[in-house]
Amino acid sequence: MSSPQANAAPIYGYLAEFDDKDALFACAKAARARGLTEIEAYTPTPLHGLPEILGYKNYVPHMVFMGGLIGVLTGFGLCYWVSVLEYPLNIGGKPFNSWQAFVVPTFETMILFASLTAVFGMIILNGLPQPYHPVFNVEKFARCSSDRFFFIVLSRDPKFDLNETRRFLAEQKALSVDEVPH
Amino acid sequence: MGSAHGPISVGSAGTQSRGEVWTRPVLVDGDQSLGAVTRRVCDVVEAPKPPRAWYIAITISASLTLMLFGMVVYLIATGVGVWGNTNPVFWGWDIVNFVFWVGIAHAGTLISAILFLLRQKWRTSVNRAAEAMTLFAVCCAGMYPAIHVGRIWVAYWLFPLPNQMQMWPNFRSPLLWDVFAVSTYATVSLLFWYMGLVPDLATLRDRAVTPLRRRLYGFFALGWRGSARHWQRFERAYLILAALATPLVLSVHSVVSFDFAVSQVPGWHTTIFPPYFVAGAIFSGFAMVVTIMVPARELFGLRDLVTMKHLENMNKVILATGSMVGLAYATEFFIAWYGGNAFERFTFLNRALGPYAWAYWIMIFCNVVAPQFFWSKSIRTNPWLMVGVCILVNVGMWFERFVIVVTSLSRDYLPSAWGYFKPTPIDICTFIGTLGLFFTLFLLFCRYLPMVAIAEVKTVLPDAHAHDEHGHAGGAAHGRSPEVQHV
Repeated sequence: MSSPQANAAPIYGYLAEFDDKDALFACAKAARARGLTEIEAYTPTPLHGLPEILGYKNYVPHMVFMGGLIGVLTGFGLCYWVSVLEYPLNIGGKPFNSWQAFVVPTFETMILFASLTAVFGMIILNGLPQPYHPVFNVEKFARCSSDRFFFIVLSRDPKFDLNETRRFLAEQKALSVDEVPH
Repeated sequence: MGSAHGPISVGSAGTQSRGEVWTRPVLVDGDQSLGAVTRRVCDVVEAPKPPRAWYIAITISASLTLMLFGMVVYLIATGVGVWGNTNPVFWGWDIVNFVFWVGIAHAGTLISAILFLLRQKWRTSVNRAAEAMTLFAVCCAGMYPAIHVGRIWVAYWLFPLPNQMQMWPNFRSPLLWDVFAVSTYATVSLLFWYMGLVPDLATLRDRAVTPLRRRLYGFFALGWRGSARHWQRFERAYLILAALATPLVLSVHSVVSFDFAVSQVPGWHTTIFPPYFVAGAIFSGFAMVVTIMVPARELFGLRDLVTMKHLENMNKVILATGSMVGLAYATEFFIAWYGGNAFERFTFLNRALGPYAWAYWIMIFCNVVAPQFFWSKSIRTNPWLMVGVCILVNVGMWFERFVIVVTSLSRDYLPSAWGYFKPTPIDICTFIGTLGLFFTLFLLFCRYLPMVAIAEVKTVLPDAHAHDEHGHAGGAAHGRSPEVQHV
């Protein structure tokens, strides 16, 4: 992150504040139309369609699928290894590999592994836990978790320009445009 | 595609031109702005002092929790003989209470997962409290299997762990399945609840006025800042968790019922048990949610968020599942007669007419008769009457488990093996203590964590839907701000 900072700007980016989600959507579209790529929107609640406008990809489902698969293999592998290889017991004449009975523990481990992957995958992909982030330097940003919408253009964007970008955001019906220090 | 959001926006790529003809139902009352919802929920947590009733309630429940700890210590120090479990009833109140609490837990997951997948958006106001309730009920339930093993210091034998005896559990046993099901359920419930809490903890962090609060809430909020990227992954993870928790919750009580159904005991060995247990679990869980949400919304002024409509919907679920449970009772009797097995017939006649007939008829009255009052709109929309009915349902569901566990064991195949189970005061105090633990945890939750899912409720406000008209990046033909396209 240090090299773009060096040649671009002394700030992290410009943060525009909106009290209306329509204005935020319009701003996001306009920014994409201008070819800005290092942009991010902050909202108090999920807004549908916004990630698509911003062009984000989401790999959580793929990770969960892998997690579930590993869970199935682990669960069945454990049952099989214990019951057939390590500690074979004759229980009521049932076969050592009573796979029908192993379905239940296997199912539960699948759910367990997939759920852990979903939550921790989401947290890790989101780069959390992250106690410090430059946007927290802007005092107004505290209202982002309540009722305000924010849009940021990062200074590392190749098309970022101290004056130009600020003017662009000011044209977007923003309540305010703030510099975000590093 | 996510938190309590509708199919309209999900499908908007293909259906944009359809326009917004359908009007969204109003799911919360009062001020509908984003800030107002934040304030209403956070005010409960941020008030300098909770209402006086909270202090009274927590004093009582915390005392009962202390009593529970005392009982458990006494049990461990002395042995399971302090309970009423004895020949022939070796599963007594411990298993009754275990099944009772696991059953109560199910409503939380039902509300948070199944109603989510079914797009029942009214769930957003009650899901957080119901999930918390799930967690606390699982705490109470999980304690019983651990303490009822007798030698609690070897309770780890329940798990497939390497040990010095090179001994492993039997994976063909429903009791081991139960260990897997309940521990997975506890973990997934905790994950589901915590993940939903993260954005709301960030709200509390951002509103905190003291450094201690900011640090504590900030620590658990993980640095959440509500970026669109965060939300996208969050919503997808939430949806997937709901899809995983749905079969899980159905499996858990099915597995609990296998503990009985796979055995050879008359009255237990029936194939109806899994669906019958699941219906009963949802029934008792919803009754518990209503029982605690009515006082909580009154006490903390959340009547606009948890509206009468929400309570009424839950009462309708109680009515439906209560009727299913009644049908299951009737089916059991029919099969006992139709199946022609003399032991089975005897067991069911003995339930209704034998020494435990009093318990059986309490169960029938509370579970089958009492919920029928909810056919009347005036009863199911009256807060105190509905709490009355729901308390009866909780009593009835406890007796259902008592009837199943105790009557079957006390009348085995041979009269020489018959007996009559009586609980000891230790049994009774332990159970009352778990109620204390449950309510203590719930009261602490009400005071220190947002009782209503703030970010999720915001998705059902009319304010949150204007963007449906926008569509996606590719479909800009219909953007509402023409000036945007000239930039």
